[in-house]
Amino acid sequence: MAKILLEMKNITKTFPGVKALDNVNLQVEEGEIHALVGENGAGKSTLMNVLSGIYPYGTYEGDIIYDGEVCKFNTIKDSEEKGIVIIHQELALIPYMTIGENMFLGNERGHKYKINWNETNARAAELLKTVGLHESPQTLIKDIGVGKQQLVEIAKALAKNAKLLILDEPTASLNETDSKALLDLMLQLKKQGMTSIIISHKLNEVSYVADKITVIRDGSTIETLDKKVDEISEGRIIKGMVGREISDRFPKREPHIGDIRMEVKHWNVYHPLYSERKVVDDVSFNVRRGEVVGISGLMGAGRTELAMSLFGKSYGDNISGELYINGKEVHLNNVQEAIKNKLAYVTEDRKGNGLILSNPIKINTTLSNLDEVSSHTVIDKDKEYNVAVDYKEKLKTKCPTVEQNVGNLSGGNQQKVLLAKWMFADPDILILDEPTRGIDVGAKYEIYCIINHLVAEGKSVIMISSELPEILGMCDRIYIMNEGKMVGELAGSEATQELIMAHILGTAGKEQKA
Amino acid sequence: MSKLKSVDFVKKYTMIIVLIIVTAFFAWRTGGAILLPMNVSSLISQNAYVFILATGMLLCILTGGNIDLSVGSVVCFVGAIGAMLMVNMKMNMWLAILIMFAVGTLIGAFQGFWIAYVRIPPFIVTLAGMLAFRGLSNVVLDGMTVSIKDCTTFVNLFGGGADCYIPDFFGNGSLNMTCIFAGVLAAAIYIFIQIKGRMDKVKKGYEVESLTSTIVKMVIITVVILAFTYRLAQHKGIPSVLIWVLIVIMVYGYITSNTTVGRYFYAVGGNEKATKLSGINTNKVYFLAYMNMGFLAALAGMVTIARMTSAQPTYGQNYEMDAIGSCFIGGASAYGGTGTVPGVIVGAVLMGVINLGMSLMGVDQNMQKVVKGLVLLAAVIFDVVSKRGGKLIAKN
Repeated sequence: MAKILLEMKNITKTFPGVKALDNVNLQVEEGEIHALVGENGAGKSTLMNVLSGIYPYGTYEGDIIYDGEVCKFNTIKDSEEKGIVIIHQELALIPYMTIGENMFLGNERGHKYKINWNETNARAAELLKTVGLHESPQTLIKDIGVGKQQLVEIAKALAKNAKLLILDEPTASLNETDSKALLDLMLQLKKQGMTSIIISHKLNEVSYVADKITVIRDGSTIETLDKKVDEISEGRIIKGMVGREISDRFPKREPHIGDIRMEVKHWNVYHPLYSERKVVDDVSFNVRRGEVVGISGLMGAGRTELAMSLFGKSYGDNISGELYINGKEVHLNNVQEAIKNKLAYVTEDRKGNGLILSNPIKINTTLSNLDEVSSHTVIDKDKEYNVAVDYKEKLKTKCPTVEQNVGNLSGGNQQKVLLAKWMFADPDILILDEPTRGIDVGAKYEIYCIINHLVAEGKSVIMISSELPEILGMCDRIYIMNEGKMVGELAGSEATQELIMAHILGTAGKEQKA
Repeated sequence: MSKLKSVDFVKKYTMIIVLIIVTAFFAWRTGGAILLPMNVSSLISQNAYVFILATGMLLCILTGGNIDLSVGSVVCFVGAIGAMLMVNMKMNMWLAILIMFAVGTLIGAFQGFWIAYVRIPPFIVTLAGMLAFRGLSNVVLDGMTVSIKDCTTFVNLFGGGADCYIPDFFGNGSLNMTCIFAGVLAAAIYIFIQIKGRMDKVKKGYEVESLTSTIVKMVIITVVILAFTYRLAQHKGIPSVLIWVLIVIMVYGYITSNTTVGRYFYAVGGNEKATKLSGINTNKVYFLAYMNMGFLAALAGMVTIARMTSAQPTYGQNYEMDAIGSCFIGGASAYGGTGTVPGVIVGAVLMGVINLGMSLMGVDQNMQKVVKGLVLLAAVIFDVVSKRGGKLIAKN
């Protein structure tokens, strides 16, 4: 048996209110490619952040044993010195610097007071050759495509004498040719003795490169599959990823579903910066009165982009398609018009896009419908206070007073304030984007009750969620989105976790034949 | 008072406490000279432009720590135009005032357009404005000083020259009775508003501050108003420029705290993306902030030429720095989203007191600048560090 290069033992990491990792164990042998798979939020990235020192020693429990010794990393620098290099999903290259400069950023060649550019470029050229990238080290990063940038990241890692390479969703933004090239590079590096950990959602890629696959679910390691021992099929991996029971974590409701309230036809959206990249591709769907419609899919499937582009073109460029509300075609060119047409979008990023953290609850509650509490632009502060207290009680927000700053609330309570804000705007159609992300189970249940209450009033809810149990437990109908396209539609009653996963991973056809 | 409460109290009223300490310090060092009626009066008239500009600057800073560097030059330019219109072209005073406001507002709108709709960084746009309007002032005045001594109504209206006080309507004793009367009236109105507001809240069942703290606050503010007007009455009465300053403070204090537009300034500074997604036109908010800055710079320009009874191409230098400094000292956040008009006024008064106190003590002009710079730095450090939860060094 080969030498164990890395062992992570009983790693437990808690964030306020959430246990992100619970006694996770991981063993990586020298010279293998080890894949980490799991749903969004299962804890894969958290585990890698623990390993690389982003979460320093002491903020988690358990041991990291690397190359035979227990490691206590305080910063990324510490782990990099040992040869552990992580390449994040979001590339960390600086567009207006050259490839060479980027590769040796923080690791400059030459003397502290005089960078040796000749050595920098020569060494860079050498490493670029290793990774098979035919570009001059003096080319600017902004002038090469994403696929090539990913290769630069790997070359950069090699420049740091990486012994253990961690790739977080390396192919997420690559096309097929680039993905294949990258995976082949991984195999080639393996031949030269490199150990790698790859995090990926794309199971075909995982089974192509990986020697072992560790499945993580809800912050725990479920199993490790060995290519040599186990038979690794995609169905087998999916079962490991989703195989959990859905108990009655969801409040019941009597569906009263009416006519079609909103219909989207042939919706297309392009990326605002990379104008050739299509983020939403010919999407059509509808939602009825009193219905909860789910949109399932993986991160980066284009769900948020779809929702935001519908909501007054808040995202994307070159948007085309038809949008009907109550049977009439509407053109929503900005958020004001969307709100006027009784559409609301409750963001997934409540801190960045949703709330003003430095302001009190009451100001956040009324922000999107300030006219309702004011006459001739003068705010009636008493009325505003009343409204805020009303919603606080209706949604059971836990806070001393509505004068409390939103930044001081827990995630669940922030989410309730955000919901209150959009309920106060009095929409007919609410798009809830990951409404229960990062909040505890109790608060989740309360949010589900609020959703039931909304549809009971005859409103329509579109729920975007990466959590399959939640989608299955709450939705009357489920759309499945992948890589910008709608790839499936299921009735709530016929949907299962395996079926949705199979649609996402594009194996639905195969499964049915089998 | 529990420990937590006293910490909150100090946090909330830091600058007022500092103001009191600084005033007491100068009163001690100058043998009470800083509190003489003449000096209290000149504190107002010397710093009128700071109060006006700082109020406008607050709106810009609220939108996200953005500043307007051009105000000093705009003050000078508007003043220059006014002087040329009234003196060289013998234009009717009211028409001239109208044109001055229009010019200031247009300049603000011009800069606001680039900042809000084209999204050129405010620093760049207003730096350009600072250079351009300084140059244009020279062009308009042909590099000369234009005296407006003869436009007496204008000078009196904006509080300059020798007769810059509201005339005393009652008697002519050593004490200006109009001023005393105005002070009593202001105090009475203040008390009435406070009591009515509290009664309304109690009636509707809202939370109210504890009775003692309300009363203490009311008594302190009433005493301050009365003492202040009494001091003014002992000198020559109410400086007419004080009326302008009070109008600006009250109007903008109201706008920022009670209107939807005012709310939007805070929202944009607090989280622009969230504000945009709430259906608020954030471009317009930026535009309004800078257009309004131009408008108030025009008013400050009138006050300035009235006080100097002339227009010169060098007027208004460093005014932007006084305004920006007052905002930050007065508790506006360097990141935007927080700050109030009363806070900024306290900041401006603090700067004024430091200026006046040091002048009375005979501190060298250059050292005065050093002290002012350090006070500004200290205020912003305080803001940033207290937001970080008291940690001095940022996490790497």
